[in-house]
Amino acid sequence: MAKMNLLQAINSALISSMEQDERVMVFGEDVGHFGGVFRATSNLQEKFGKGRCFNTPLTEQGIIGFANGLAAQGSVPIAEIQFGDYIFPAFDQIVNETAKWRYRSGGQFSCGTLTIRTPYGGGIAGGHYHSQSPEAFFAHIPGMKVVIPRNPYQAKGLLLSSVRDDNPVLFMEPKKIYRASVGEVPETDYELLLGKADVVKEGTDITLLAWGAQVEVVEKAAMMAEKDSISCEIIDLQSILPWDVETVCESVYKTNRLLINHEAPLTGGFASEIAATIQQECFLYLEAPIARVCGLDTPYPLAHEKEYMPDHLKTYEAIKRTLDY
Amino acid sequence: MQNKSNKLPQERNHLSGVEINHKVNLIENGLIDIPMLQLLDEHGKETNPKATPDIAEGLANKILTSMEYTRLLDERMIGSQRQGRISFYLACKGEEAAIVGSAAALSDDDMIMSQYREQGALVFRGYKTEQFMNQMFSNQLDPNKGRQMPIHYGDKALNFMTISSPLGTQIPQASGYAYGQKMAGKEAITICYFGEGAASEGDFHAGLNMAAVLNCPAIFFCRNNGYAISTPTEEQFAGDGIASRGIGYGVRTIRVDGNDVLAVFAATKLAREIALKEACPVLIEAMTYRLAAHSTSDDPSGYRSKDEEAKWQQKDPIERFKKWLDGKKWLNEPALEAYKSNAREEILAALKKAEQVPVNPLEDIIEDVYDTPPWHLKKQLSELQQHVAKYPQHYPKTSGR
Repeated sequence: MAKMNLLQAINSALISSMEQDERVMVFGEDVGHFGGVFRATSNLQEKFGKGRCFNTPLTEQGIIGFANGLAAQGSVPIAEIQFGDYIFPAFDQIVNETAKWRYRSGGQFSCGTLTIRTPYGGGIAGGHYHSQSPEAFFAHIPGMKVVIPRNPYQAKGLLLSSVRDDNPVLFMEPKKIYRASVGEVPETDYELLLGKADVVKEGTDITLLAWGAQVEVVEKAAMMAEKDSISCEIIDLQSILPWDVETVCESVYKTNRLLINHEAPLTGGFASEIAATIQQECFLYLEAPIARVCGLDTPYPLAHEKEYMPDHLKTYEAIKRTLDY
Repeated sequence: MQNKSNKLPQERNHLSGVEINHKVNLIENGLIDIPMLQLLDEHGKETNPKATPDIAEGLANKILTSMEYTRLLDERMIGSQRQGRISFYLACKGEEAAIVGSAAALSDDDMIMSQYREQGALVFRGYKTEQFMNQMFSNQLDPNKGRQMPIHYGDKALNFMTISSPLGTQIPQASGYAYGQKMAGKEAITICYFGEGAASEGDFHAGLNMAAVLNCPAIFFCRNNGYAISTPTEEQFAGDGIASRGIGYGVRTIRVDGNDVLAVFAATKLAREIALKEACPVLIEAMTYRLAAHSTSDDPSGYRSKDEEAKWQQKDPIERFKKWLDGKKWLNEPALEAYKSNAREEILAALKKAEQVPVNPLEDIIEDVYDTPPWHLKKQLSELQQHVAKYPQHYPKTSGR
């Protein structure tokens, strides 16, 4: 075990996968000698050469188009999109190509080996274009997997699984806690199951569901609620698509209440999908409406970032409202 | 760019090849002359016998029959679409030399990533009539499992990538595929076909630039056929065709007469050699003309004149090549007529057979979304199966299976 922050854990996973499989290639804007704007790809070019870790021109649609072709050829591309906010020029390549390649060719060809890494989320004074959480867009694409880690241990294990999974994975990294989240991480290779949620803390009165950097936020709210003698169960969803309905349902059967927290805007956010499914599966068990504590339906604001964020206080208030319903 | 000895030393490498001048000057379109390679004139006469590529009689005949077959298939399938037997078709008429001539200069190991009008390349590689039909009738014998509109072929064994409809997406993909071939040490390249209209997509610019910067052994083959559906080239771009863009990206470029098989073959052969030897992309712009409608959903009389079409009929690539073959005493008219008549019958028979073959069973709807169907797809399938069982008459393709 070693103490690592989230970035170091990602770097460790990249090294591990590149050592283990020479078909793995890492590329994107500034990921080469410079090691990426956040340093997630530090030392990879020195270790594995320019052929396997390289800078690309500044074109997101090109990066993903290139990655799709490389994956279809049989290599194992790990493409970086420097910020989640800049992934949209590549949206066509992801929606129509990455995700449909296997289906349209009847399984003759696929992009199963592709992993797209991208930092996402707010809390870094990044304004509109360095703060968005676009996971819901990608949850609407049959053929994709979407994975979000909450800490260094999850990051390394989930990234290694994503790289080796025979499906294209969008791996979204909560950049707010890139350096702030520190923990013990095995230096050896290990994998964590995709499509599986993680019960972070058990409780009996309400289930709090979040992912990425927001897990810390609901933990903080849960601590406040505990002082009011409210016992919270906390679940980190980890995989947005496909997501672990079973674990969430099991929890709601027990607590009879659900709160979902995400940074992305409320309308059409992934909480909507979760709420619809849980009311379908757990209708008779629910003692209060499912609460959604989310970003506002506004562009991500710079000056009002603190007000926009679905923080621990908004979450705490929603917990109390749900219990008092 | 050449390093000029008289230039001033500069701090950054992005200025290392830049000369300095002292007069306000604008660079204009047309300063670089990009001629069109023609080895066979419109009368089928060699323009420069020394440059005529070495094509043996057997290969020459294979090229001819592949072009003839492509045209026959197109004629028959347009007819089938008119009869309502298939939903859609897209013909190659007029562009056969560009496609077959280039495919003939490749190795079977080379990957073909096409746009959608390149059935001639599949014909040349040996795709069988029944395979064409199974795809077009979306039946269960199509290896693509009947999931896409007619003409979206794909065949792994023939290194022909399954086609996708969005334009230009295959261009950066070809760069990536070629990079993978290079990294895996393969003696193979990727050829990527597209039209001059698709070259307006961002993916074209991204893909060409990436191929140049990342040294990808790929041939980017543009069929400049004059129209993107109804939009003529003068409303598509103001520059000197597509070839001028290759130069802008530092990609070796050649413009050829796309109705001249010999020129297309010679250009593609050279492009392949260079791409492989030097690990670099090459752009070919083939100047041709779409004698057919864009697709069966299109009527060209709304945007071009009969006179224009007649002018291009005179440049018919098949007729031109036949004249050349005739000059070499390689053209056996009776044998060719027999081949064509046989091919017509074969197409008709395969068509009748393929339209009787059922579509894939219902369970197949959730296969190949992921490597294995996850829980939510299984659940949705099970609900669908119960529904179909309840209203079988409404879902006749799958309910009886």
